[in-house]
Amino acid sequence: MNGNIWVLTSADSVAIATTLILAALGALFTERAGVLNLGIEGILLTSAISSFLVADSSGSIWLGLIVGSLVGALLAGIHAVLSVVLRANQIVAGLALVIFGTGLANFLGKPAEGKTVTTLIKPLSFGPLSDIPFVGPIVFRQDPITYASIVIAVLASLYLFRSRPGLELRATGDDPATVDAQGLSVASIRLRYTLFGGLLVGLGGSWLMLAQSAAWHQAATTNGVGWIALALVVFAGWRPIRLIFGAILFGFTLQLPFTLQAEQITFIPSALMQMLPYLATLIALIALSRPSTRSKLGAPKSLGIPFVRDER
Amino acid sequence: MTNASHEVAKGPHHASGAAPSALSAYSLVKRFPGVLANNSVDFDVLPGEVHTLLGENGAGKSTLAAMLCGLYQPDSGHITRNGERIALSSPRAGLQHGIAMVHQHFRLVERFTVAENVILGSRDLSYKLNRSELEDKVAAVAESYGLPIDPGATVADLSVGQRQRVEIVKALYQGAEILLLDEPTAVLVPAEVEKLFENVHAMTQAGKSIVFISHKLGEVVEISDRVTVLRNGRVTGHVSGRGTTDTKELARLMVGRDIELTTQRASHATGHEILQIRDLSLTVGGVSVLSDISFNVHAGEMVGIAGVAGNGQRELADTIAGLISPTSGSIAISGSMTTDRGPIHARELGLAYVPEDRLGMGLVPSMSILDNLLLTRDRRVVVDRTTVRPEATRLIEQFEIKANGPDHMARKLSGGNAQKVLLARELSGGRTATKLLVVCSPTRGLDVGAIETVRALLDDARSAGQAILLISEDLDEVMSLSDRIFVLYRGSVVHETPGESAELATVGAAMAGLTPEDKS
Repeated sequence: MNGNIWVLTSADSVAIATTLILAALGALFTERAGVLNLGIEGILLTSAISSFLVADSSGSIWLGLIVGSLVGALLAGIHAVLSVVLRANQIVAGLALVIFGTGLANFLGKPAEGKTVTTLIKPLSFGPLSDIPFVGPIVFRQDPITYASIVIAVLASLYLFRSRPGLELRATGDDPATVDAQGLSVASIRLRYTLFGGLLVGLGGSWLMLAQSAAWHQAATTNGVGWIALALVVFAGWRPIRLIFGAILFGFTLQLPFTLQAEQITFIPSALMQMLPYLATLIALIALSRPSTRSKLGAPKSLGIPFVRDER
Repeated sequence: MTNASHEVAKGPHHASGAAPSALSAYSLVKRFPGVLANNSVDFDVLPGEVHTLLGENGAGKSTLAAMLCGLYQPDSGHITRNGERIALSSPRAGLQHGIAMVHQHFRLVERFTVAENVILGSRDLSYKLNRSELEDKVAAVAESYGLPIDPGATVADLSVGQRQRVEIVKALYQGAEILLLDEPTAVLVPAEVEKLFENVHAMTQAGKSIVFISHKLGEVVEISDRVTVLRNGRVTGHVSGRGTTDTKELARLMVGRDIELTTQRASHATGHEILQIRDLSLTVGGVSVLSDISFNVHAGEMVGIAGVAGNGQRELADTIAGLISPTSGSIAISGSMTTDRGPIHARELGLAYVPEDRLGMGLVPSMSILDNLLLTRDRRVVVDRTTVRPEATRLIEQFEIKANGPDHMARKLSGGNAQKVLLARELSGGRTATKLLVVCSPTRGLDVGAIETVRALLDDARSAGQAILLISEDLDEVMSLSDRIFVLYRGSVVHETPGESAELATVGAAMAGLTPEDKS
């Protein structure tokens, strides 16, 4: 029963969604503060290889996860300095970060090519619960980070909409001048959330490496998940709870081509299916780059706009 | 309470004796690169008093206010609060001393509710927010000063007057004892101004001090207990006594000479129809922006369009200029249809257009005065500057534009001079002599001296037989210049009146969308 290919596909979708949730949450926090970080893909790759190297040499996957997350925050720090402190064009800075991150990851990954991590993050087992038909494999046979990512998303929602610092964060993304007039530091808020966002993306990248991939395949490790995460934030309307469901849906469409191939279902070309998430991403990124559609979708009003206090 | 202040003090030096002032500034100096914005300015405000800072744009009012609330730090001089010397290093420090500024451009997050905006930045709140409890608290503060406001409403849905009320409630919620109101009436319709003045009165009754910043003489006289006039960064006079002040005297202190901002209307009979608009409608993205507008403008006549910003004025102007094609209806200039034929065709028929956005749409900021002039002149492939240069020099002289010459970059002109360049270009005509002039908010942001010049230029153009359509949010301007007035509300003409018999109350009510009794 639980060996049914569709149950396994669904279970895998939830698993794949973990990276998406973490990376998209990272982007969401960053964007809620008004900073657009297009460099998610680069951060994912660099933190993935960092976590691999650390886990491989130390033998501890947890140390790998921690270092991978910190590397994510470090790379986001570059973006934060460029866009918040130096007020550079955030789109250009973000794209530069993708190129830099990809190159750095390939460079660091040279010695790792062909190697595999010996210890992977293992799914938890809830005993009999994990054997419940359908629900068991999907809900009760995931690994701890997958559960954590969903908990983090729920907490993020409470933080954003039910806490005082969450209110200040949302205000910073919408109207930094107002926040500034209240005596709060726009720069400090933006720096903090860009770094925190990078930490989450880094965790997502490390998990992708240590729980899903096992071996380093350069850019094929992330396969554009960073871009999909950016699109996911748009489709979720910058709301963490919607983002969970969106991530699982995207995870399903990412997993589907493999299932279709395995099942010899050919009336839908699997290449077409493989293309779908990227097509959706393309549409979302186009929407994101047009200010008028952006506000309709519910984007933070000053997303991507550097804050300068208007002196006379 | 308000009367008591009359006998006290003409300056801060006297105030130290009897009633301690709530806030005093002593010889404040503030320099910006190239400008001495405040030159040894003294100022003080008593508890329960309205003290007005009057001055032209650039006189230093906003700089002084910014120093009083902690936004800028003075280069020298000091500030006292209840007699004690304080250092205001940031707006937060100002708030801690009970000083709050209500900015001209509201500092509100549109997507937030009223309550969320009011509490934003308050440090004494718990980590977890309890929405209904906060809303009750905000409503209680608002009500105690007679400022009715729905704390659960989203700011984006509020009118400008209501938003201003939210700003005031925010300041009061944060414990402000001294409120600095920066040009608070600039964005309000007359009925809202009245309401604001009631609120100001309620606050002074409760012992709050109000620093009122304005350049509108009439309202200054109405609301102030005392007035301090600034010019070129210096205090040029103190006047005290509500309602007893002579506006002419204030104007003289403000400008440094006598000025004449009186009504000017067409002195002679108007000519034939230049602009004819028939059943003009415009729908943008399914929303009706203009609906069924019909009117004419005659040669030698000025027609004023009044209305609160965003009621279709900009679209009306752009449609007449040929920049937007109307959804239905027609526009004709001198009898020739211009509908759907583009801006160049309209200009060839004698249209001149002074858009609201001077340096965005009107002039190219990075180009010289000469090149800006060339834009509406010869349309040949090779630019010929030598023939236009004498004209540029002549116009600079004629319009008294403060510039180094025809090669002065437009961006480096002051607002008033940029406006003069634009008017010079449009009034002097391009390839065709100007027959119809469409001007939008021609004096916005200009100081009184420049306003006087610009209005005189418009009046001259009218006397010369040009037809003028004046679109302005400044009701006083429309009322004092126009031969006929139309009020635009949500894209429709809701009121029409001859200029000389126009009543402020009726026009104001129409601008606010209240149904006027006559529509003839």
